[in-house]
Amino acid sequence: MAPRFEGVDFYDVGALLSEEERAVRDTVRGWVDDRLLPVINQHYLEGKFPLQLVPEMAELGFFGANLPEEYGCAGLNNVAYGLIMQELERGDSGVRSFASVQGALVMYPIHAFGTEEQRKRWLPKLAAGEVIGCFGLTEPDYGSNPGGMITTARKTKDGWVLNGAKMWITNGSTAKVAIVWAKTGALDDPSSIRGFIVPTDTPGFGARDQKGKLSLRASDTSELVLQDVKVGEDALLPGSQGLKSPLSCLTQARYGIAWGALGAAMGCYDEALRYAKQRVMFGKPVAAYQLQQLRLADMLSEITKAQLLVLQLGRLKDQGKATPQRVSLAKRNNVDVACEVAREARRLLGANGILIEYTAMRHLANLESVYTYEGTHDMHTLILGEEITGISAFE
Amino acid sequence: MRIAVCIKRVPDTETRVRIAADGVAMDENGVKFIVGPYDEYAVEEALQRRDKAGGGEVVAIALGPDAAQETIRSALAMGADRGVLLKADRIPADALAVAKALAAELRDGGYDLVLFGKMAVDDYHHAVGPMTAELLGLPCVTAVSKLELEGGKGTAEREIEGGMEVVEFALPAVLTAEKGLNTPRYPALKGIMAAKKKPIEVKPAALGETRVAVTALGLPAERKAGRILGEGAEVVPELVRLLRTEAKVL
Repeated sequence: MAPRFEGVDFYDVGALLSEEERAVRDTVRGWVDDRLLPVINQHYLEGKFPLQLVPEMAELGFFGANLPEEYGCAGLNNVAYGLIMQELERGDSGVRSFASVQGALVMYPIHAFGTEEQRKRWLPKLAAGEVIGCFGLTEPDYGSNPGGMITTARKTKDGWVLNGAKMWITNGSTAKVAIVWAKTGALDDPSSIRGFIVPTDTPGFGARDQKGKLSLRASDTSELVLQDVKVGEDALLPGSQGLKSPLSCLTQARYGIAWGALGAAMGCYDEALRYAKQRVMFGKPVAAYQLQQLRLADMLSEITKAQLLVLQLGRLKDQGKATPQRVSLAKRNNVDVACEVAREARRLLGANGILIEYTAMRHLANLESVYTYEGTHDMHTLILGEEITGISAFE
Repeated sequence: MRIAVCIKRVPDTETRVRIAADGVAMDENGVKFIVGPYDEYAVEEALQRRDKAGGGEVVAIALGPDAAQETIRSALAMGADRGVLLKADRIPADALAVAKALAAELRDGGYDLVLFGKMAVDDYHHAVGPMTAELLGLPCVTAVSKLELEGGKGTAEREIEGGMEVVEFALPAVLTAEKGLNTPRYPALKGIMAAKKKPIEVKPAALGETRVAVTALGLPAERKAGRILGEGAEVVPELVRLLRTEAKVL
């Protein structure tokens, strides 16, 4: 069995955390070591999400942990929430994705845009893991440009009728409820986009597992088809209006991803360092060679910078100052760093690095998805470009 | 059911120990402290017993510096109801002094059960639990790996050399917990938040005279490097000879 993970903390960043924040981190860290890592490889190879772990994740409070206690959530600050994501993704990006979707993309919009009745009806069950949710925004032809979506919601006498298709939907086949984004007006009017709470057993709602993934294999990724799906008035999230509503959900999720990717990087670095000290080649450990020392020094430098970045972003978020652009910078930087660290770790591990027994290749494959989802690396570059110059390169 | 759990703030078991400049203490810089791993079994058992009894109180008691409040809060986060810190600048090496301070706190507490870990992983004394029981005049069972309570009586199993011992005792009693008694829970995130609002009473530890002191602390000797004698069947006789004469393991 792998030794217990002790973290990577070259700059004593842990001392900048409060006692509760450290306690939260340690609970998730211990759970990942004891409960997730022993089963993740088999699930990854079989292409299955470890659904059996959802009740314990819920019991420990991993879902929507930064939402208020009155809805059955833990009421943590955003740094503690980020640390949950960091530790979960040290386990596996797919499992962190599950928690991100449940918390940031399903619970958050119900909390932010829903009525008190909707919150009371859904949030406690989602926090308890009794209901699993998914988020339907991306469409086959509208990924980076969600404003172009062609899913529609048409008003009827007593509710709405939804038609369209969604793709790349995490938890899509597992979910009991979907937050579906659709245009209530003309197809060229993104300001008519609104969110709907759609139980997945509603007639006309279909989900199909997307086969053939070589990344995020321990995660359910599905297509959704909505064909004349009839929902009541109470399905509409009344506070949602326009593209900015789903984008604000993505800002929440991206914030968690910036922390999560860092966790994957920390895990890869830790594994690479242990391996480098143990693996003997030409009569000495590979850690004794300058080439591997350069790898390790680069990894540690980037991880340390990324840690300070997300910690300050978390403090800003707690003060209401984490703008979408600031979140973009962190998502872009930290996922890129994690991809590099995972790749260099895999290379340091030599041939062993391609095996499932080591985590680097699994993380590396996962992180390619993380690089692309929730705003691709390139889109975040353009968001920052617009922020810096005042000129949008994509509109 | 009223249960006291006595817990100790100890260095994480994965700590790479460095000796402080005074040569008698550990250098605590950068060391992570945790609830004693055996104490965690005691806390878990207390919580389960309270919940099974349908109510009562679990009080987590620690002796140590202010920083031991964090140790107490870990027990509160797991679900203990309140905490008591018996404050001392440092935890004395004299187990009897610690036991006296704990006994003074426990004596009039009206506890049905007092639980300890079987030992602290930093000093290996195995002593404070049984000494406290003696001072309180209560029955004591150490290293309990299975426990049943019924009415005013309890039955405990202890793993002993080559077998299992079953012991009966009357309540109130002092028990020390062995690994395997239960599986300690993780502090849930809500529990961590709730712990901030639970009371911790801080009072000076009534340590009295301490009659044992550490005079030196050293690290274990470094292991000698191994030796490769050669390869193949022809070196086996020499290997066996050295295992007999040098390593003396055969």
